[in-house]
Amino acid sequence: MAEFEIDERVDITDVVCPVTFVKAKVAMEELEIGQILAVRMNDGEPVQNVPRSFKDEGQQILKLINNEDGTYDLILKKIAE
Amino acid sequence: MAVDYATLKKGGFMRQKQKNNFSLRLQVVGGNLTAENLKKIAEVAEKYGDGHVHLTSRQSVEIPFIKLDNIDEVKDLLAEGGVKPGVCGPRVRTVTACQGNQVCPSGNIDSYDIAKEIDKRYYAKELPHKFKFGVTGCQNNCLKAEENDVGIKGASIVSWDKDACIMCGVCLKACREGAITEENGELKLDTDKCNYCGRCEKACPTDAWKGENGYIVSFGGLFGNKIHRGEELIPVVTSKEQLFRVTDAAINFFNENANPGERFHFTLERVGIDKFKEVINKAYQS
Repeated sequence: MAEFEIDERVDITDVVCPVTFVKAKVAMEELEIGQILAVRMNDGEPVQNVPRSFKDEGQQILKLINNEDGTYDLILKKIAE
Repeated sequence: MAVDYATLKKGGFMRQKQKNNFSLRLQVVGGNLTAENLKKIAEVAEKYGDGHVHLTSRQSVEIPFIKLDNIDEVKDLLAEGGVKPGVCGPRVRTVTACQGNQVCPSGNIDSYDIAKEIDKRYYAKELPHKFKFGVTGCQNNCLKAEENDVGIKGASIVSWDKDACIMCGVCLKACREGAITEENGELKLDTDKCNYCGRCEKACPTDAWKGENGYIVSFGGLFGNKIHRGEELIPVVTSKEQLFRVTDAAINFFNENANPGERFHFTLERVGIDKFKEVINKAYQS
């Protein structure tokens, strides 16, 4: 993933909705504006809903990467507190 | 003097098991009541009922145990709070609605606004049998559109703007219908698979998916003694004008063709769905 300089990573594959987004959001809160977060999530409900939740929070979505193992990495830039 | 139960029923007074007691149905549109409405309803329930109200299955309110002798006083008191009696019997009933896009993040349309317009156009209109409208904001279908004689479901008719797209891939997963695919750096929408849910539009971080309001209309639903799921007989409706042309045509068809006491579904079955399709498609296209 040379494309993005990842500042922090969080894995939410070990939790279920609605804790998925809560865990990801807590990780985002630790970041400074302009930093990049990678959120690893499961296929299905998390990948359907978590990107939209971050959009609604005002964060910038850069890419959703299919890891080809049933998980996805959502790459986000923090642009809102 | 004999009690005219039919007139009372028409005016929302439902006869109870208990002699001379009526459950008064109120006019509610889209499940919304103001605090002022509620205060007056509470006052009437305490003063003229037995202190409780019943929430009906179709978003109305009934005040039970209203006495025959108090009917006029009750109407006057309710009117002070902007509350009117509802209707029962063979006519257009309470128009139900979800909260729609003014409140709900999932909503594609302003359900309440559509419900108000339908209520204004048709509420209490005399017909051969009861006729129900329901408006739901999106595919989540909280308001169960297909249970109604005419059901309206909010649609988002989406299109892709290549210039705004960063090819992040979020929409490919947000779509639950598998309608979006990526081919050679372009996104393709399979319009046969798209169900107008609008999830791509709502998830897209750069607004590369743009949605126009639309309406999915179903006909002939009923969910009582007999159950039938309302059927989509026309393509997605793309404007309010078109929507009301279609609802006008449906209600006129019912009025002209139904036997007394026959629900819309059974009229369509008896008269022939093809005959109705002809009429409704003409209204859709004109």
